[in-house]
Amino acid sequence: MKQTLLILAVLAGCSPAAFAQKKPTPKATSATSVPTAAVLKGRAVYTQYCLTCHQADGGGVDGMNPPLTKTDYVLGDKTRLTKVLLNGLQGQDINGEEYHNVMPSQDYLNDQQMADVLTYVRNSFGNKASAVTAAEVKAVRATNKK
Amino acid sequence: MKNSMTRPLLFTAAIAGSLSLYSLVGKPVLAPDPNNAGLKLPAGFGALVVAETGGRARHLTVTPEGNIYVKLNRPKDGKGILELHPAATGKATVTGGFGGYGGTGIYAKDGYLYASSDEEVFRYKLDAKGEVTNPAQPEKIVTGLLNRGEHESKSIVLDNAGNLYVNIGAYSNSCQGKDRQKGSMGIANCPLLDSAGGIWQFRADKAGQTYGTGTRFATGLRNVVGLDWNAQNNQLFVMQHGRDQLHDIFPEMYDTKQSAELPAECMYALSKGANAGWPFLYYDPAKHEKILAPEYGGDGQKLADPKYLEPAAAYPAHMAPDGLLFYTGTMFPEKYRNGAFIAFHGSWNRAPEPQKGYYVVFQPFKDGKPNGQWEVFADNFAGSPEKLASGRADHKPCGLAQGPDGSLYVSDDKAGTIYRIMYTKK
Repeated sequence: MKQTLLILAVLAGCSPAAFAQKKPTPKATSATSVPTAAVLKGRAVYTQYCLTCHQADGGGVDGMNPPLTKTDYVLGDKTRLTKVLLNGLQGQDINGEEYHNVMPSQDYLNDQQMADVLTYVRNSFGNKASAVTAAEVKAVRATNKK
Repeated sequence: MKNSMTRPLLFTAAIAGSLSLYSLVGKPVLAPDPNNAGLKLPAGFGALVVAETGGRARHLTVTPEGNIYVKLNRPKDGKGILELHPAATGKATVTGGFGGYGGTGIYAKDGYLYASSDEEVFRYKLDAKGEVTNPAQPEKIVTGLLNRGEHESKSIVLDNAGNLYVNIGAYSNSCQGKDRQKGSMGIANCPLLDSAGGIWQFRADKAGQTYGTGTRFATGLRNVVGLDWNAQNNQLFVMQHGRDQLHDIFPEMYDTKQSAELPAECMYALSKGANAGWPFLYYDPAKHEKILAPEYGGDGQKLADPKYLEPAAAYPAHMAPDGLLFYTGTMFPEKYRNGAFIAFHGSWNRAPEPQKGYYVVFQPFKDGKPNGQWEVFADNFAGSPEKLASGRADHKPCGLAQGPDGSLYVSDDKAGTIYRIMYTKK
């Protein structure tokens, strides 16, 4: 019993969350400033998993795949945006336009990858919006109903 | 002295000027635009902009009297079909419109105008002047066709025996359990082929037909937008939009470069009962082989069951063939007669590689079969090499039609431009 508690305590001490609390990155503290590292890592995720459909300039494809620019879906509510990644999206007009391709669920991405790619998308192609953190993605994933 | 010298010259200039003015204004002539409507064409050809419709001009058709009907993807001011009457100069303004539904298909034949929404096919009566007599009360020839958003357009064509052919695209990329999901495998036997992923045949003159009264003419076709009847050997030809995203779905089997070049966009010559093999295979244009799809156990190398239909011709991947037209006119030189023009709307899922297409190609035919290498016929719809590479094209060619004089008409569903291409060499 004692041993189990000890192991748990050690594990908790080593978890990334605890580590982050001890060494906070100054840039990530303000809601408006966006960490460069997250944007760079997010760009790599975007290139690998998102670029084919949404294109290098984030402009999407007419009538097929929606643009990621100038849309409330990207710039607005982070929970809704995170759910698009978790669940995919289909049959939803974006800015009054129809898009015919299905967006599949990207739930194979881990919380950090999702946070990075969402932060990247919200701060690229002319977009400017607050960062998304792994903790935020984790919270949405925990309560996500498909 | 000076005056007396210049006066006769001025007089001559005035006469010449008024003569040329007379020929321009008094006798309007059909002529290409000075810049050939921005298109790059083979020597001897010219082009003009017939009209800027401002709508998403999908397919178009020209009656024997020269009236142009354009089907819009989404109605503009409540009109899903635009009517254009070109003047002697070839220029036209939109003179009317009707049909408050969006769609792609439009085809005029034997005194009727056929047009499709994404679920139905309508028929309008044309009078001796090629005018629609019943714009508000068309006959509903076909109804209740499947539309689940993806590959929704219902392209149409008629044969010479009173049959209507309608594409019903598959609402799927490759019949995966989860559409376009990374690693998701194909559904056994792909049951959606019962009601989509093929060409259905109906009677052209009978109202109220649907699945039960039609025939599945050909299957295993993912999505067809461009199709035409070849009168030389009495056969339906279609252009299939090949599958997308091999790399996104199976990154361990295909890199981004392979994914950009696979599979070919294929032309098929269909006979009743034909099966082109989607989703179980794709066509590799470099190997000239039908390859088993990774969703159905393929690894990029394994060949598919040879029982499936061989393509009649293959073109670079992902260029989206949206229009097919067999040229039967006499205006163009002999080599074009009975050959095929294909409008390639332009690619998107070659990214991150540069995009391709946004042009009209010519495929030579002999005795009703593709014969020889295809060539780019009308290029630069995109507007610049940069716009082509990025896919941010100014114009996207979609529909093709032949005018009564043998001119080739092209519609553009990006900006709504209607083009007319003519042979101008005497």
